[in-house]
Amino acid sequence: MTKIDSKIPEGPIAEKWTNYKAHQRLVNPSNKRRLDIIVVGTGLAGASAAASLGEMGFRVLNFCIQDSPRRAHSIAAQGGINAAKNYQNDGDSVYRLFYDTVKGGDYRSREANVYRLAEVSNNIIDQCVAQGVPFAREYGGLLDNRSFGGAQVSRTFYARGQTGQQLLLGAYSALSRQVHAGSVKLYTRYEMEDIVMIDNRARGIIAKDLVTGKLERFSAHAVVIATGGYGNTYFLSTNAMACNCSAAMACYRKGAYFANPAYVQIHPTCIPVHGDKQSKLTLMSESLRNDGRIWVPKKLEDAKKIQEGKLKGKDIPEEDRDYYLERRYPAFGNLVPRDVASRAAKERCDKGYGVNNTGLAVFLDFNEAIGRLGKDIVSQRYGNLFDMYLEITDENPYENPMMIYPAIHYTMGGIWVDYELQTSVKGLFAIGECNFSDHGANRLGASALMQGLADGYFVLPYTIQNYLADQITVPRFSTDLPEFEETEKAVKTKMDHLMSIQGNKSVDSIHKELGKVMWECMGMGRTAEGLKTGLARLKEIRKEFETDLYIPGTEEGMNVELDKANRLRDFITMGELIGYDALNRNESCGGHFREEYQTEEGEAKRDDKDYFYVSCWEYQDNDEKEPVLLKEPLEYEAIKVQTRNYKS
Amino acid sequence: MDKNISFTLKVWRQKGPKAKGTFETYPMKDIPTDTSFLEMMDILNEQLISEKKEPVVFDHDCREGICGMCSLYINGYPHGPATGATTCQLYMRRFQDGDTITVEPWRSAAFPIIKDLMVDRNAFDKIMQAGGYISVRTGSAQDANAIPISKEVSDKAMDAAACIGCGACVAACKNGSAMLFVSAKVSQLNLLPQGKPEALRRAKAMLSKMDELGFGNCTNTRACEAECPKNISISNIARLNRNFIVAKLKD
Repeated sequence: MTKIDSKIPEGPIAEKWTNYKAHQRLVNPSNKRRLDIIVVGTGLAGASAAASLGEMGFRVLNFCIQDSPRRAHSIAAQGGINAAKNYQNDGDSVYRLFYDTVKGGDYRSREANVYRLAEVSNNIIDQCVAQGVPFAREYGGLLDNRSFGGAQVSRTFYARGQTGQQLLLGAYSALSRQVHAGSVKLYTRYEMEDIVMIDNRARGIIAKDLVTGKLERFSAHAVVIATGGYGNTYFLSTNAMACNCSAAMACYRKGAYFANPAYVQIHPTCIPVHGDKQSKLTLMSESLRNDGRIWVPKKLEDAKKIQEGKLKGKDIPEEDRDYYLERRYPAFGNLVPRDVASRAAKERCDKGYGVNNTGLAVFLDFNEAIGRLGKDIVSQRYGNLFDMYLEITDENPYENPMMIYPAIHYTMGGIWVDYELQTSVKGLFAIGECNFSDHGANRLGASALMQGLADGYFVLPYTIQNYLADQITVPRFSTDLPEFEETEKAVKTKMDHLMSIQGNKSVDSIHKELGKVMWECMGMGRTAEGLKTGLARLKEIRKEFETDLYIPGTEEGMNVELDKANRLRDFITMGELIGYDALNRNESCGGHFREEYQTEEGEAKRDDKDYFYVSCWEYQDNDEKEPVLLKEPLEYEAIKVQTRNYKS
Repeated sequence: MDKNISFTLKVWRQKGPKAKGTFETYPMKDIPTDTSFLEMMDILNEQLISEKKEPVVFDHDCREGICGMCSLYINGYPHGPATGATTCQLYMRRFQDGDTITVEPWRSAAFPIIKDLMVDRNAFDKIMQAGGYISVRTGSAQDANAIPISKEVSDKAMDAAACIGCGACVAACKNGSAMLFVSAKVSQLNLLPQGKPEALRRAKAMLSKMDELGFGNCTNTRACEAECPKNISISNIARLNRNFIVAKLKD
């Protein structure tokens, strides 16, 4: 069996990264100019990596599918970014951030990676402030912090409710500076279609110009994928419409292992689904849980009346409200991690206590906060979120409690990478949400921004040199090589095939069916039986896609439906991967909850004896063949693995 | 909340940058008022696809008002009749049964049409590349709290930084000026101590790039401010002008 080498450096956990940097190989300035790096994606990870690599002297080609790098979905992150600065003097430290992140991830992440993440977190804040990111400040002029789920300290830096936007604009600025300097060449409205392999190394990509419809070839010494997560497999999610997993699937088909696909994060505070025409779900920032209290009625008859529209949330007297998170988890209360909060909401709604017309919602109530702080302060803190809620639902959250329900938000699983962020394919790297490395089975709030920027600014620019150091004598590749020719031909054949189906169903209608199966069978609560049913239904959906898909127009020029179909094909394969992984993992941990494996109190029951490993799935010949499971055993030396406890 | 409305859509269709465009009329029936404007466009497109016709092309992505991608000119207003909101945050409850709704792309010489309602806003990236940054190398920053910045200044910088780069200001302006966009970025960076060393250079570089790319001049009509989905203030334009004059005097 293939042995998986995670390349974790020697030494005690706190010294690993320092040791690595001290001994890794570097590339000298004159050689950097001769080396090309392709970076696919311009979100936090992609933009920060492209900017940093360009600045170091490499020649960088950077691609994005939107019209500008600034549109990448990192822009939509609201709440904040964690760092172990301990500016609040509340006992924070690199170790504590590391510990909270490993615990939050339900002891399924790789210790050494997480420690490094916590270690560089402080550099990120320094870097962003220097770039002009306007983080929130106190009257004294120093940086302010807020609390987030899964932590007992205030370590989250924020820029109103638009932290992701401000951090991305910072990275976009740095990137723009390099484009101006000529070290980065930017390709907007381009989508990566495949990786080109030469002698078993990634040496280029085939990308489609989405405006002209033409396929183009690009060669490089290394390829970096920073293309985000696969949440849109579920159709309805908080991801943007163009978010897709096609680049990740292209890597997977070329031999990159796909790790922990079953770890999908369901965010507890989203606006509930309102109808079948809905295209996406809107997140309400986790920061709301700092002051908002989550509840459902204690009495079933009250819940019924609310569902029928006969009562409103504000009509229920205090003593008849069940603040179930405060009841079940006294130590963390409303600030338990996302997976715990989501499951608790589902548990109440499944028992009939849900509060909107579908019975699939719980209250997030600011009444107490308004009483304690006054409406002005609540408005200062959350005004933009309240306005957004009002616009979407036509309900005023200052008067009536908000209604929220969990929704697919983030994917912890992703392309397997070693400590150097290199995939199992030589020369192919994966950073940001599209890799699997740091969040284990559940990600804590305000840690995605941290990881994206850590990978892009402070990790990859070092580790990629260790790979490139022995590539300095490799000349630039011609894109006329047969490898490019063949890969482009394969992409073209795939497109021709999609256009030739000429059935009756639109891409979106099939995608909605896929999403329904994913949510019902592979969503918040999973069972072996449900997963098997789900996998069987995915086979039917694939058949339907292959025989009854309809794409209008031609391959020439812009064809949005063709591009969507191309992505949907990969979402189906991704859905199957989620299914295989969830079925294999006979335990509950983090975002993966198997109903067969829970405690009497309904908490997730892990099985560390049999499942203390990273699942790595290896592609076999074609999409319909079941992938092979390889295991990377987890080894913990700094932290004692125990049952997660947010109660005391 | 569960009301449905029917109305007529007049949509600009144009096959490519050089093709001649035309308005097409589509009757829309029983659209729930709690769908967003873009979801209504999705419904139209599903309808067109089921008739084996080509769907309407328009830019959209995050659908929560922050990416700046969506860009529809609805009934004569960029992002439609709602104030302080992007097209994706516009809900059909803003419209009445029997309405005729006209949908056009951004109209500006600097934003050429790509197809239907989609325009090319690369010019904004180019302006950013001319000077929309603070020159700091990765890893060379000092401690984040080393320079205290008053809350007032920091809040002002944040107000300016809220710009989403959608281009509604340009579309709203009779001169097709990008002054609100440019001034927002210049203000954010020039207000902060970190941005001061390059402040004058930045103002000059970004403005001359704006001129070069074919955007018009500002004549203070304030249409940009009125239509900005993020309520960016034109006081930023005044600040940019001051920076620019000082820079010119120093030349």
